[in-house]
Amino acid sequence: MSEGTKLIYKYLRHQKKFPHVWCPGCGIGIMLGALIRAIDRIGYEKDEVVLISGIGCSGRLPVYVDFNTLHTTHGRALTFATGVKLARPSLKVIVVMGDGDAVAIGGNHFIHAARRNIDVTAIIVNNSIYGMTGGQSSPTTPYGMRSATTVYSNIEQSFKISELAVTAGAVFVGRGTVYHAKLLDSLMEKAFLKPGFSVVEVVAHCHTQYGRVNRLGSAVEMMEWQRDHAVTVEKAATLPPEELQDKTLIGVLVDRELPVYQDEYERIRERAKAAGGR
Amino acid sequence: MKKPSRREKKPEVLLQGNEAVVEGALRAGCRFFAGYPITPATEISEVLSVKLPRVDGTFIQMEDEIASLGAVIGASLAGVKSMTATSGPGFSLMQENLGLAIIAEVPCVIVDVMRGGPSTGLPTSPSQSDVMQARWGTHGDHPIIVLSASTVRECYDMTIKAFNFSEKFRNPVILLIDEVVAHMREKMVLSDQEEVEIFDRVKPTVPPEWYIPYEDTPRGVPAMANFGEGYRYHVTGLTHDVRGFPTSRPDEIGPFIDRLHRKISQHFSEIQMAEYDQTDDAEITVVAYGSVARSAKRAVREAREKGIKVGLLKLMTLWPFMRSAVEKVLQTSKVLIVPEMNMGQVSREVKRVSLGMAKVSTLNKVDGTIITPPEILNRIVEVS
Repeated sequence: MSEGTKLIYKYLRHQKKFPHVWCPGCGIGIMLGALIRAIDRIGYEKDEVVLISGIGCSGRLPVYVDFNTLHTTHGRALTFATGVKLARPSLKVIVVMGDGDAVAIGGNHFIHAARRNIDVTAIIVNNSIYGMTGGQSSPTTPYGMRSATTVYSNIEQSFKISELAVTAGAVFVGRGTVYHAKLLDSLMEKAFLKPGFSVVEVVAHCHTQYGRVNRLGSAVEMMEWQRDHAVTVEKAATLPPEELQDKTLIGVLVDRELPVYQDEYERIRERAKAAGGR
Repeated sequence: MKKPSRREKKPEVLLQGNEAVVEGALRAGCRFFAGYPITPATEISEVLSVKLPRVDGTFIQMEDEIASLGAVIGASLAGVKSMTATSGPGFSLMQENLGLAIIAEVPCVIVDVMRGGPSTGLPTSPSQSDVMQARWGTHGDHPIIVLSASTVRECYDMTIKAFNFSEKFRNPVILLIDEVVAHMREKMVLSDQEEVEIFDRVKPTVPPEWYIPYEDTPRGVPAMANFGEGYRYHVTGLTHDVRGFPTSRPDEIGPFIDRLHRKISQHFSEIQMAEYDQTDDAEITVVAYGSVARSAKRAVREAREKGIKVGLLKLMTLWPFMRSAVEKVLQTSKVLIVPEMNMGQVSREVKRVSLGMAKVSTLNKVDGTIITPPEILNRIVEVS
């Protein structure tokens, strides 16, 4: 049995929940593969992993995986994750969101989870569109592009999710693309092992919706675009700004130490007990 | 008789309604609270932020009420009894996740200290205007349990009941309190020695491979496994099959939604609580709840002194609505007076279940002041 097949038998609800809902050529499967390989390498027990999602194409991911899985409301996955983690800190809590999920309806929860430094990993599949509902514009749809609700042109500026996470206080932020699958493996492993709020932004394609209305071609062509427009953080440091204008930085954007919420709260408990009283 | 010494004296405390909620929650085993500041419920957050860490619990102030209920549901899934507290505007924000807790059958308690609305309305004045929001605020057909309290002692007792019901029936329970009850201070006995029934969720006894997380049972309530205890299963806000996996099959959805309602409806007698005061021979019955029931009690006493045969039905469970209690007073009463601090949210229900067998006289007040005993007494005299 190949390594990949072993992982499928070990981690997927392979007898129950397949075929999956995603379109042929979708990047979410590549991201799921990276997630499982990272968990397998680290060696977490399946019982100690909680995988939480919101709503959208990415929201359907937990149902396929044999962990403690929770499919929540749109944009709210991080709030549920906060409760799970604080109630049972021994659990490894991973949240999977889409771009609309994480920075439109759930934008407030995202920046506050980062600011608090809750010990949770947020994986955000950024395909620049609302795929499941039929291709409406999202906060990461680039200026000037088309969608089902911006048929004339998108007149809004887009969010840079990873940079937003850095500013909001995440201790680890990494960005990859589904073309760079091996980079995703290592980013996820680093994110899972990092105490505190870690973010992995996964730039993905939605050829079914975004690619179609913007005439960007097939899934393969869109992945080639990812390859041609990605620059590693290390290489970017050597390039002049004008060469980076239409490029996406990939790699580790930030890796820093800040106090983790649950450790700080443990100190609050000690202080509260020392203060005494009923 | 010997005068009781200080030590033997019962541990009496002077508590606010909101503080009594805190004591009740801690006694019931609540160890997680997530909330957002809002008048007139804030004291519950403040006191729990002091007391929860002392008992190894967790208090967290979230970014809004949506997040608060999300965190509460997450903590409950991880096996910790959890609650939040809010007022009307915050309760409106919670309606989305309230629906998730109902469909995924996650126990949790929401205390809503009511204020007048709509919108920001009357933040510091009493009201009872969330009775219907508590029943129908979240979308879709769903069961809900809503309790009320009219004294500080009841704030304590009903909070414990709320936790017990939520754990027993795997359903969110809402406790509605009027601002005056939440902020009023009354003496009550608070003792750890006092016997209180505490109910904890039923956990699976079968090995994980046999566990069916949303299986029907004689009680209609499936056993609940906590995250991290070896029973890996799927929790979703989508309609799901008995294993918890999303389904759109009519033959699975129908029985599931039926069971959600049945697990509450087949336990009406246990959930529905009311007090009857001089109703045995009452030709007129005042039906009241919350702070208004206190005014009604005095009005009934004074009317009895005038020789009017009047009684009081005090509703303590608001939803599921107590048809049986109204039917009981209908055996003698031809007039039901329903005073409430809203435009008639419970009186509609009283009319519905009384099927025209009695005249229902509504007494509504929405100006931010309480309904006084003379106002109710006047109405009793008018209809007698």
